[in-house]
Amino acid sequence: MSERLVDWTRGEQAITFQTCSACGQVQYFRRAFCAACGASDPREQRASGKGRVYATSLVCRAATPETRTHVPYNILLVDCAEGFRMMAHGENDLAIGDEVDASFKPFAGRLVPFFVKRK
Amino acid sequence: MSFITGVGLTPFGKHEGSSSLDLMSKAAQAALDDAGLKRAEIDGVLCGYSTVSSHIMLATVFAEHFGIRPSYAHAVQVGGATGLAMTMLAHHLVEAGVARNVLVVGGENRLTGQSRDASIQALAQVGHPDYEVPLGPTIPAYYGLVANRYMHEYGVTEEDLAEFAVLMRAHACSHPGAQFHDPITVSDVMASKPVAMPLKLLDCCPVSDGGAAFVISRERTREAGVRIRGCAQAHTHQHVTAAPTLSELGAEISAARASEATGLAISDVRYAAIYDSFTITLAMLLEDLGLAARGEAAARVRAGHFSRDGAIPLNTHGGLLSYGHCGVGGAMAHLVEAHLQMTGRAANRQVGDASIALLHGDGGVLSSHVTMFLERVR
Repeated sequence: MSERLVDWTRGEQAITFQTCSACGQVQYFRRAFCAACGASDPREQRASGKGRVYATSLVCRAATPETRTHVPYNILLVDCAEGFRMMAHGENDLAIGDEVDASFKPFAGRLVPFFVKRK
Repeated sequence: MSFITGVGLTPFGKHEGSSSLDLMSKAAQAALDDAGLKRAEIDGVLCGYSTVSSHIMLATVFAEHFGIRPSYAHAVQVGGATGLAMTMLAHHLVEAGVARNVLVVGGENRLTGQSRDASIQALAQVGHPDYEVPLGPTIPAYYGLVANRYMHEYGVTEEDLAEFAVLMRAHACSHPGAQFHDPITVSDVMASKPVAMPLKLLDCCPVSDGGAAFVISRERTREAGVRIRGCAQAHTHQHVTAAPTLSELGAEISAARASEATGLAISDVRYAAIYDSFTITLAMLLEDLGLAARGEAAARVRAGHFSRDGAIPLNTHGGLLSYGHCGVGGAMAHLVEAHLQMTGRAANRQVGDASIALLHGDGGVLSSHVTMFLERVR
C-alpha cells in the first residue's frame, strides 16, 4: 500500500485523487482498490486544482446553525483537469463551463476547497 | 402473477401525537379492509424506514405492534424508491410462492416528530460523509446541481420547472387528503424563497406526516383487479459526485428493462405515477422515461397533456409536491392513487382510462430507480 497523502478531508490544503496502475481508471473517492477493475493499491497523487465548472447550486437555506452563518454559499461540481469530478465550494457568480482554480476556505469549522474563476 | 388487492392511505400533513407506528398501522388497516383480508391471512410483511424512529428491525417491530406473525418479514431501504422496491419484491415473493398476501407499509411522523432542520439534516446524509457532507449540501442542493446542469443542456427554464409545481397543486386541490389546497401560479413559484438555486421553496416537496400501505396477493379478492405486469430496477451510483452523465441515468435503464419484462411500451401507458421530490425530478423523469421528449415536458404540462382530462394523467392526487412527502409512504401514495384510478374509485379525480399505469420511483440523487407497469383486469 502506498503512503496515504493527506487532503482537505483531513485538514490539509490539498486535493488528491487515485489512478489505477492496471487499467488507468481515475477516481476521486479514496479506496484501497480500483472501483473499475478491482486492482489493489491505486496510485495516489495531488491534483493541480485546475478544473471546469460542471454544475452549481447556490444554497440559500442551510440545515444546521454552523452552516447557516455561511449562506448563501455556492456548491459546485467541478471537472478537474486530471479527469475526476469533485464537489466543492466556489465564488457565487460562477457558471457552467467557467475555468477555475482551487483555493481553500474555512467552512463550518473545517477547511473546504473553494474554486475561483481563472484570471 | 400478482395482484394489488388493497390500498390504504392517510391524509398527509400534520398528525399531532401520532407515532410512525400509529401512521403505519392506520394505513395498514385501511389496506387490509380494502382487500377484504384479515390479519391472519397476511403471511408477509415488508416495511420501509422511519428517520424519526429508526430501528434495525422495523418490520418485526411493526408486525408485533399491528398483531401479525408473518412467515416472511424485513425492512427495505432504497430512499424514495423504497415503496416501489418493496412492491417489486412482494410481486416476486408472491410469484415464487414464498407468501400469499404481502403487506407493504410505510409511514412516518416526519413533520411533527422532529424539527424541519432535523429532517433536512437526516436526509442530507445520503451524501458522501467525507467528500460531500462537510460542504454543507442539502437534498435540494444535490438536486439543484442536477437541475442547473439539466437546464443548461436541454434549454429548460425556471419557469418551465414551475409548471410542474402548479400542476401538482392543481391536482392536490381536488384531493381532501392533500397537505396543500391553495392554488398556485408560475409567478408564485418564481417568487417563492430561494432554497438551493435554481430550486425555490415551491419547487420542493414539503415535509409531512402520513402513512400508506398495500397488499400484494397471489389471488384477486375483488372483481376489479390490478395486476402487476412487471417491474425492473437500475442503480448507477449513490452520490451525485459519482453520477453518470445526464443521458445515462438509471430511469432510462430501468424503464427499458421493465418494458422488456412486460412487453409493454411507453405508448401503451394511460396513467402515470412518477416520483416528484422536486420539480426537476419530475421533469427529468418524464423525459428519461419517454413520456416527453428532451426539454419538452413543461410544454406538455402547459398543453394539458398530464392533466386529469389529458392524454396521460399524472399524479392526480398531487404528488409529493402537493399531496406531501412523509418519507417512504410519500411515493407509495402515487401507487394508491393509481390503484384508485384503475379501479374507478377516484371520485371527483377519476380519469377516463387508467387501464395501463406506469409507475416510477427514484431514491438518493437519481441513484436508485424502480419502474413498474400495472394493468387493470376484470
